[in-house]
Amino acid sequence: MDMTRNNASKGKERGIFQNPFDAAPTGPDETPLTADGTALESRGLHLYYGETHALKGIDLGMPARRITALIGPSGCGKSTYLRCFNRMNDMIEGVRVEGKVIVEGADVYRPDVDLELLRKRVGMVFQKSNPFPMSIRENISFGPRMTGVRGRGKIDEIVERSLRQADLWEEVRDRLDHSALDLSGGQQQRLCIARALANEPDILLLDEPASALDPISTAKIEETLLQLKKLYTIIIVTHNLQQAARIADLTAFFMLGEVVEVDDTTTMFTNPSEAITEEYITGRFG
Amino acid sequence: MPDSESRACSFADAGSGLPSGLPGLWITALATLAVLLMLAALLWIVAVNAFGWFWPARVSEIALDDGTIRIGIVVAREALPTIDDGDASEAHRIQLKVGSRELTRADFVWLDESEIVGGTTPEDLVRVVRSEYGDAFGRIVGAIDAAGASVDVSSGRALEGLLETGKRWHSERRGLEGERDRVRRPLTRLEERLDLLERSARAQTPQGKHEMAALETAVADEGARLASRLDGLQTDLDDLEERLRSSRLMLATGQAELEVPLGHVIEVVWANRLGFLGRCAHALRGGVLFLFTDPREANTEGGIFPALFGTVLLVLLMSVAVVPLGVVTAVYMTEYARPGMLLRLAGQAVNNLAGVPSIVFGMFGLAFFIYEVGGAVDHTFFSDKLPTPTFGTGGMLWASLTLALLTVPVVVVATREGLLAVPRNWREGSLALGATRWQTLRRIILPAAMPGILTGLILAVSRAAGEVAPLMLTGAVKLAPTLPVDGMPPFLHLQRKFMHLGFHIYDVSMQSPNVEAAKPMAFATTLVLLLLVILLNLTAIVVRRRLRRAYQGQVV
Repeated sequence: MDMTRNNASKGKERGIFQNPFDAAPTGPDETPLTADGTALESRGLHLYYGETHALKGIDLGMPARRITALIGPSGCGKSTYLRCFNRMNDMIEGVRVEGKVIVEGADVYRPDVDLELLRKRVGMVFQKSNPFPMSIRENISFGPRMTGVRGRGKIDEIVERSLRQADLWEEVRDRLDHSALDLSGGQQQRLCIARALANEPDILLLDEPASALDPISTAKIEETLLQLKKLYTIIIVTHNLQQAARIADLTAFFMLGEVVEVDDTTTMFTNPSEAITEEYITGRFG
Repeated sequence: MPDSESRACSFADAGSGLPSGLPGLWITALATLAVLLMLAALLWIVAVNAFGWFWPARVSEIALDDGTIRIGIVVAREALPTIDDGDASEAHRIQLKVGSRELTRADFVWLDESEIVGGTTPEDLVRVVRSEYGDAFGRIVGAIDAAGASVDVSSGRALEGLLETGKRWHSERRGLEGERDRVRRPLTRLEERLDLLERSARAQTPQGKHEMAALETAVADEGARLASRLDGLQTDLDDLEERLRSSRLMLATGQAELEVPLGHVIEVVWANRLGFLGRCAHALRGGVLFLFTDPREANTEGGIFPALFGTVLLVLLMSVAVVPLGVVTAVYMTEYARPGMLLRLAGQAVNNLAGVPSIVFGMFGLAFFIYEVGGAVDHTFFSDKLPTPTFGTGGMLWASLTLALLTVPVVVVATREGLLAVPRNWREGSLALGATRWQTLRRIILPAAMPGILTGLILAVSRAAGEVAPLMLTGAVKLAPTLPVDGMPPFLHLQRKFMHLGFHIYDVSMQSPNVEAAKPMAFATTLVLLLLVILLNLTAIVVRRRLRRAYQGQVV
């Protein structure tokens, strides 16, 4: 497993328990967030929905400032796994988690975790775009305002920066006060990406962000993600294998709640080590 | 197209002769039609009956075969009740409103049509609307002015001048009375305090006696200070009253000659001279006056302003109380409570509360709000007024809280539905951005549930505006001397009793000393109540629509 290639030693510690309001944007210097370059990690992660054993001991690490794709057939647990990193599974009644989920070196299931700060650091974009019934500006500034950012000038700055990063600024700059619900489907999804970026997160979790979009909108999102990977650690769940092949540095193949194989994307798609991975990638099932 | 026709026939013939589903269509359509017809009939009957209250009917002069003349308005016509089954069933009788209660003791007479020899509607017949004894009908045959000189009524101008003068005196009297009350107010307040003190238990204590003596001195001083101004005003008033009493209209009613002092004349209507437009204008003016004037003569005459005001204020106060209570309950039940047996039980309890007869809420309001809470409030804050109750008796506050309790299930149920309808991905989106649950609730969920909350409010208002039973126990009265809002601090007097349209309808139609005369008034009040409920509903619907529009246009 070639997970820790960027073995840089100049990592800085920015755990979610320290400097709770230190949200300075991370520079494009490719500095890994932890000493070994792993931004996200899970060790022996088991998750149960009541009696259902959904994740069966996942051990996985994901490098900083890279795109990691999670692929696998429906119901294999990849979305559930993704939602462990910002603890969105907490919302579901009867979920039980065992093992460790480590974000920037800190276990997010520790009882003293600041949940709001965690979710600010670990942004998420959902499968179905979910802009709030407000103006574009209000949508983008929602996160910062909820976490205490004040001041019109500062907010405007955040709105512009986030929209630019999500490659939406040119399209909406003249109608920031129009309802976000008037945007097209692809624009709405990029708005959701911009909204997550407005919080200045370190990590971006994307749960099939392009599955409901047309090919042009999808291409636009992929382009955006390739730009964003210079600044952010990106984990993307996708059903679209070509998409994974196009944008991911690393790919993990999930099946029945377990990780079958994880490798460099190129290796994974040209020379997988497991037979079942090859069957899935070549479209024999899935 | 013979081809297609024959094909259609073969399809129809293939079945039992009657296309399946058609009886179902008929039955449901007929039921719907029946419901709509009943609604239309309800509105029609109320509107038509109410209209009679405002429309200036012609005044008829009817000659009977015994030589007597009756003047009045024809109200109804019906077949004469027959005792045996002879051929008398063709006979009819008419009901005539003759007014002038002081002469005949009844406003209405029944006249047998067989006794009538002639009926006309001459232009000089008038209807005199009076502040006492109800309407009078007849012909103005003379008038006397304040100086005792006779006025020539054959020239319309002189009579008009007299009536104008009468109107001016009326408004002068209102002004003088208002000023007298204003000047006297400090004295009135002192007297009220003394009166309360005398009736309270403290009057027996040495300190109470001391205070009473001080108050008595203050009353005497204040009285002496204001005496000259009050006397002056009173003299002016007496003078005006005398003029209003001595100037009179002579009205020949057919039965007798009535002397109507100008002080009693509210309006003289030459009903037979009015054209169609004149009648419309008169009806419109009557409608406006009806809404904005006080009732007279034990509520059988005049307007309904205090009842209208009381109803609107009651509904507003009820809304202010019920929305927070209902919304907070619904938020807890949907957002915080753990789903399970207990929550289901609580939900059922709330639903069943909606089915409890409203009079039961009235009893609860009386027992809990008035006796318990109101009693406690009186003991704590108004003990110097005891045994006269302040909040320990029916009033606006307790009535609106009782109604709020009555309507809270509606708000809870509608709000819960509104909350459940908020898309799950908005909640997730908000939480994923680092918002707390409370922020998500306040910024995302509650605004999105607003249409549901407003639906609840609409239903609550509709129900509350029409409730009467609980109000009879908690503070609605036949005649309230004061409005719950006035210019005296603290301006909103929630302890006061109030009038209410629903109770007014009951009172006018069942408790009135002159039911026959008050009947159209009851219908007019009903119409106002209906229109009020519709208006309140429309307002809420428009607001809800605006809000809904804000949430529409969501693509994907």
